[in-house]
Amino acid sequence: MANTQPLIQARGLVKRFGDFTAVDGIDVDVRPGEAFGFLGPNGAGKSSTMRMIGCVSPPTGGTLRILGKDPTRDGPAIRARLGVCPQLDNLDPELTVQENLTTYARYFGIPRRVARERAAELLDFVQLAERAGSKVEPLSGGMKRRLTIARALVNEPDIVLLDEPTTGLDPQARHLVWERLFRLKQQGVTLVLTTHYMDEAEQLCDRLVVMDGGRIVAEGSPRELIERHSTREVVELRFVAESQEDFAGKLGGLGERLEVLPDRILLYVGAGDTAVADVHARGLAPASVLVRRSSLEDVFLHLTGRTLVD
Amino acid sequence: MVALVLPRLVSFEGAGRRSASVAERNVAALKSAYWIVLISGFFEPLLYLLSIGVGVGGLVGDLTLPSGQVVEYAAFVAPAMLASAAMSGALSETTFNFFGKMKFMKLYDGVLATPVQPFEIALGELAWAMVRGSLYSAAFLVVMFALDLTTGPRALVAFPAAVLVGFAFGALGMALSTFMRGWQDFDLVGSAQFALFLFSGTFVPAESYPSVLRWVIEVTPLYRAVDLLRGISTGTLGASGWLDVAYLLAAVAIGLMIASRRMAKLLCK
Ligand SMILES: Nc1ncnc2c1ncn2[C@@H]1O[C@H](COP(=O)(O)OP(=O)(O)OP(=O)(O)O)[C@@H](O)[C@H]1O
Ligand SMILES: [Mg+2]
Repeated sequence: MANTQPLIQARGLVKRFGDFTAVDGIDVDVRPGEAFGFLGPNGAGKSSTMRMIGCVSPPTGGTLRILGKDPTRDGPAIRARLGVCPQLDNLDPELTVQENLTTYARYFGIPRRVARERAAELLDFVQLAERAGSKVEPLSGGMKRRLTIARALVNEPDIVLLDEPTTGLDPQARHLVWERLFRLKQQGVTLVLTTHYMDEAEQLCDRLVVMDGGRIVAEGSPRELIERHSTREVVELRFVAESQEDFAGKLGGLGERLEVLPDRILLYVGAGDTAVADVHARGLAPASVLVRRSSLEDVFLHLTGRTLVD
Repeated sequence: MVALVLPRLVSFEGAGRRSASVAERNVAALKSAYWIVLISGFFEPLLYLLSIGVGVGGLVGDLTLPSGQVVEYAAFVAPAMLASAAMSGALSETTFNFFGKMKFMKLYDGVLATPVQPFEIALGELAWAMVRGSLYSAAFLVVMFALDLTTGPRALVAFPAAVLVGFAFGALGMALSTFMRGWQDFDLVGSAQFALFLFSGTFVPAESYPSVLRWVIEVTPLYRAVDLLRGISTGTLGASGWLDVAYLLAAVAIGLMIASRRMAKLLCK
């Protein structure tokens, strides 16, 4: 059945800029209807990958098929079925909010009347209807972001590429975007997004890859990744001291693993409360103690030895 | 309904339609302030025509063209001003405005994420530039006719020729813009444009320059444009007219090709 065919398939995909390798041979399969995420720190190669998928950046090596087509040959045909929300908004500053959508629709060959109808629907969808006649410049960052997302939907795409859709948004705007993306997913639209927010990846993605230095270091559903690469719970300890290092030695043998960060120590354990009792039993008095469930952040820390957002 | 109709319409799309959508964007972006720019672009060559063509022409008297025909000085200068108006109209759109859209507004980054391709952007922007260039040319030809510097039928023939001139300069300007590093580089373009304006057989027949300089002048695009338009407006067009047309057509093709290649290189990294 055609449906089981991946919509996006990359094998050994490479992107080099001069002699710098930004994407270093990645394999990716995105299946119809799923929400697929690229999680990784700055410079991991997420945007470079997204631009190749968006058919605006020719791959340096490997193979890439999108919707069963070859991006170097069928770029326009593929792009006709993609919606792209780039990392940096590139809205048209000389047009109004509504014109940004109608004009963009025209690039896809959508008739004017349909474009107007769709612009109105989409402005409702991203809650910008009352700003329809405003220029783009006075909009807040979050509004611009929502407009860019609306613009990515104007051609009713099969795949929507979202490069850090919620970076720079306040929590409320962020939840609005999440909710809208979730609705799209329910309509059967395939979502591909990048993020360095673990909560975003956990909320939105069915499956994700963790990227670091141009390579994929892990792959799976958020749950699988956590189970595979972390413990059930994490105890965060803060000590009042010059260096957390001094205390790390005294925690030996507690939990499966321990990470020392500049401002705190993370203790990876099965049961948090038991571990906290053990810490106190050793006569240690951390200034603060927090028990939480493992997150993708911990997976990332474990895989790369670095935090995602620093 | 929409879902049923749309695939048919989308599959109907072609390069021409996509180029038109790029030009259409500029119509949507038209602002009232733009008319001021438009008008100034028309008045500049008109002022030259009146001050130099008519004013200086009073001192110079009549001029004998290479063909042997004698024309008054204003009739000699007017087609050159027409060529220059077509040139600057097209250039202002495809250099400054085009560069700003590409480099600062990042407009084409968004456009290239759609089915529109670099060549179609170049063609669409050029077509738009020509709407502006053609307005200048048409208005200027009306003035020439009113001042009795050409006849009605000649003006009608000169119009498409002036449009071709605009296309050629627009395409060349666009190609040049893709090599600009910043606004300061446009000062060079301005100087080059002014040098062309002064020396392309505009005010003085190219024959009156020393022969080496004359050869240099005769390969410049504005000279070819002036030669063509003057030939038409004074009714003295010889065989060199074909050379002019071929030259200008080649300029359009080469300019468009370079512009779209460079755009792909700059924007599709
Ligand atoms: N056009 C380019 N020319 C040269 N180097 C580039 C170019 N684009 C990206 N790079 C480099 O490639 C690497 C990966 O960049 P990319 O933008 O893909 O990372 P990212 O994962 O999206 O990071 P971020 O989270 O900061 O957006 C970076 O080191 C970057 O400097
Ligand atoms: Mg990025």
